Amino acid sequence: MANKFHAIEFRDVSLAFGDRVVLDRVSFAVRYGESKIVMGGSGTGKSTILRLTLGLIKPDSGAILIDGEDITFYTEEQMMKVRHKIGMVFQEGALFDSLSVYDNVAYRLREQKAPESEIEPVVMRMLRFVDLEDAVDKMPNELSGGMRRRVGIARALVGSPKIILYDEPTAGLDPITARTICELALKLRDLEEVSSIFVTHRLQDIEVLASEYVVRDDFGNLIFEHEGDKLCLINTKFIMLKDGNVIFSGSDEEMRGSGNPYIRKFLDNER
Amino acid sequence: MNLIIRGIIQVQEITLLIWRVLRGIFRPPLYLREIIRQMDVLGFGSLTIILLTGFFTGAVLALNTGNTLQKFGVQSVSGQLVATSLIRELGPVLTCLMLAGRVGSGIAAELGSMLVSEQIDAMRALGSDPIKKLVTPRIVALVTMAPALTVICDMVGTLGGLLAAISFQGQASSVYMSSAKVAVTYNEILGGLIKPTVFGFVIAIIGCYKGLSTTGGTVGVGRSTTQSVVVSSILIIAVDFVLSKLILSLLLGP
Ligand SMILES: Nc1ncnc2c1ncn2[C@@H]1O[C@H](COP(=O)(O)OP(=O)(O)OP(=O)(O)O)[C@@H](O)[C@H]1O
Ligand SMILES: [Mg+2]
Repeated sequence: MANKFHAIEFRDVSLAFGDRVVLDRVSFAVRYGESKIVMGGSGTGKSTILRLTLGLIKPDSGAILIDGEDITFYTEEQMMKVRHKIGMVFQEGALFDSLSVYDNVAYRLREQKAPESEIEPVVMRMLRFVDLEDAVDKMPNELSGGMRRRVGIARALVGSPKIILYDEPTAGLDPITARTICELALKLRDLEEVSSIFVTHRLQDIEVLASEYVVRDDFGNLIFEHEGDKLCLINTKFIMLKDGNVIFSGSDEEMRGSGNPYIRKFLDNER
Repeated sequence: MNLIIRGIIQVQEITLLIWRVLRGIFRPPLYLREIIRQMDVLGFGSLTIILLTGFFTGAVLALNTGNTLQKFGVQSVSGQLVATSLIRELGPVLTCLMLAGRVGSGIAAELGSMLVSEQIDAMRALGSDPIKKLVTPRIVALVTMAPALTVICDMVGTLGGLLAAISFQGQASSVYMSSAKVAVTYNEILGGLIKPTVFGFVIAIIGCYKGLSTTGGTVGVGRSTTQSVVVSSILIIAVDFVLSKLILSLLLGP
């Protein structure tokens, strides 16, 4: 059954806020294990797509499927079960100000009434994964932007969701931290078979996500390799949004070869 | 016209919020720990201002009415006058107006900034219901703590009246106290507890509603905060009138 459905599917989804049409019959699908990179100018509805996927807002028309389940008309209670499968990295981190880093990361397990003896190892493993073990007792307002973002990622990963939504996780970060975050996404994609939507503007991210992959060698070490003659990555695809429509959908090679003037401008400008 | 429609929509949304709170109130998870924390923060945290408010209100009541009572030669009832005024009217209303200013605004500001910084969305994404986790504990805390604080306000106010009567009007404390005791009947107290229970609910629900309906970023948070104080203060005073009428005719007889 696993391959019969897509991890995420949008069918003719439309949404307007008042008079402003944000999405106009948008359709796309994310296969299992695939990373879908969503691009588009500011205000084109990228965050809105993620919020629809989580069921935080409902579309005006069309259907949204998660794991083959049509969630379009799900109530908040029904959505709770679906959300267990999804981790979301919010654009500004959205950490709980009143909770420490530890409690932020532990939040989901606490809500599920897991015993503290189970929570602690998971939280520490996640914080190690994002390289923030030292910050465990800090409060969110003591963290830098990049650290907040990484705590947000750690929090999203608790419970090992098979779908992860990243909302511009690298925006405004230095290249090294941004690269670290992309590598986290690669590890999840290639080693954990996580399906994801990755919203980003940065060409450097696109470069990393579309042409590198991770393997584990015989000693358990992680090795980052470039795609080349050996293999061509097929688990990363792109869509470009403009004026409420998907104006491009395909692989990075296809995107670079595209003659669409808007895509050309987008790719050239940021370089 | 626009204003009326907006008003109707708001009433509708508040009713919906109340309904969602009531529907989930006995369904697990109950977040008892959060309820107790809110009782501490919202209730116990307001103790100082309630003590001060009560004390000076009682004192000024005794002071202002002392001369008039003396003119009619009934200065001995000043204890009853102060205690009755406090229990029936000033205790509940002043306590809850102070709570609206201190606590209602705080609730609106906290929930509003959580909303604009996407923390409410994050909460939902991580599998908890913000109504149960944020709104219900605050309502339970205020519905229980507002009457408790009102009782404290009444007591401290009577004491303030006593001190004023002794020191400025040369009254004997035994006269004041025995007169004050006349005011303290079961029905008076019951009436005096119904009011703050209702007001506490009003403060919490308006604060939560204004916070959760914040739009327009950080500027919007300021707006919601102000509105929550204005709306709940006006509601308290309006509801007080209705409740006073009901309590007078139902509990305290003709
Ligand atoms: N709750 C809302 N009410 C009204 N309009 C909204 C709301 N949420 C989003 N919008 C509008 O929808 C449009 C898309 O917003 P969205 O946040 O999805 O953009 P985005 O593509 O994520 O932009 P950015 O790159 O700046 O994050 C924007 O024009 C925004 O003004
Ligand atoms: Mg966005």
